Amino acid sequence: MQKQNMAEGVLLPLFFRELKLAWSGGGGAALPVGFYAGAATLTPLALGPATDLLQAAGPGVLFISLALASLLPMERLFQADLEDGTLDVLASSGASMTGIALSKTLAHWMASGLPLALVAPLLWVMLQGPGEAVLIVLGISLLGGLAFFFIGSIGAALTAGVRRGGLLIALVALPLYAPATIFGASALYAAAEGRDWTGSMALCGACALVAIALGPFASGAALKTALD
Amino acid sequence: MVNLLNVSKISASRGYRTLFRDLSFSASTGDILELRGENGSGKSTLLRILAGLTRAESGSLKYEIEGDVSSLKFPVHFLGHQDGIKAQESVEDQMIFWARFFQADKAEIRPALERVGLWKRRDVPGRGLSAGQRRRLSLARLLITYRPIWLLDEPLAALDVKGQEIVKELIAKHTSEGGVVVAAMHGHGFENAKVIEVKPFSKKIKTIPTNSLENA
Repeated sequence: MQKQNMAEGVLLPLFFRELKLAWSGGGGAALPVGFYAGAATLTPLALGPATDLLQAAGPGVLFISLALASLLPMERLFQADLEDGTLDVLASSGASMTGIALSKTLAHWMASGLPLALVAPLLWVMLQGPGEAVLIVLGISLLGGLAFFFIGSIGAALTAGVRRGGLLIALVALPLYAPATIFGASALYAAAEGRDWTGSMALCGACALVAIALGPFASGAALKTALD
Repeated sequence: MVNLLNVSKISASRGYRTLFRDLSFSASTGDILELRGENGSGKSTLLRILAGLTRAESGSLKYEIEGDVSSLKFPVHFLGHQDGIKAQESVEDQMIFWARFFQADKAEIRPALERVGLWKRRDVPGRGLSAGQRRRLSLARLLITYRPIWLLDEPLAALDVKGQEIVKELIAKHTSEGGVVVAAMHGHGFENAKVIEVKPFSKKIKTIPTNSLENA
């Protein structure tokens, strides 16, 4: 009963509202997707159009760009609610901070992480990746994005009270991005070279699961401190 | 007479400055508690402690509520300095969200907005509201679902005369129905309110231990 109340009363309304707010007023996905596409587009301009060079660098560049683009929505993830007092009302209603962090992070992943993953196959082909691997790229980008968003949410919660905390989020989150980056990029390389990619992708998925399991607890605890 | 709220010997400080120490009070049904004190005396901090947002340094805080909100650890409505209004969302949409969040009936939205005089402006986005209208909107949030205890941080701030009348009427109605209102106030208070002075017990400035500064 209590759990059901929690889902109906806290998680779902908050999730849908965040999704709506992220899309309204300028489109929450536009900035990270634009950054992602821009970074990937500059790569051939910087490296030159040689196919072998792009094939060697492309998967790595694509995954790094995904990691950095995932950081962009993080600054406002909790800060906006902390500044305008929404978080006070949410927290004083007795809702669990973990639930709040989970709904908000998931909504932002839906709003901008999903579009990021959807454009990944396009950029993959642009960087001379083999066309038959696009679905694998989509899957790896989905998992990698989940890991990046939920790890990034910890940094977002820790720096929610800091003005212009974007750089701090990067400093907190980027070292934690290492495992997901290692396995995600190696899965992309394996897919590009026609090797077995399942092991690396499974490990990248494991990173995402750990992030989803631990991220909301850590961010929830950090948000409590931010309110104090 | 049932005490809905028992506060015993709570203390709070900001950094090395003690805001208040060993503050005890209680509230029973129908009480209005007015927190008074200078700027920076800790009225807002006390309200945040009562709302479960800030932890008290020591002391205990207990709510004794019966009925369907008794499962809530903090059966309160909190109205702070920031009014929790989203600039890009319309008045009505914000109320729909809070109604869903509090699991309240959506039918409560219209009377609540009419009560605070915002129903005609329900399509206006948050950024189009004046400071007083924002305050009214956050007051409407208190009306969509019942919480026995209202914690209000300067509820009259930014409101015009009519708005202040509305607040006073809402508070009178809430207390007459058995609720409790705890409000941080400046100047003109409410009728029949119990006044709680928020100030440090000793005015002496606490000396800062030098070695703790070095270790910090």
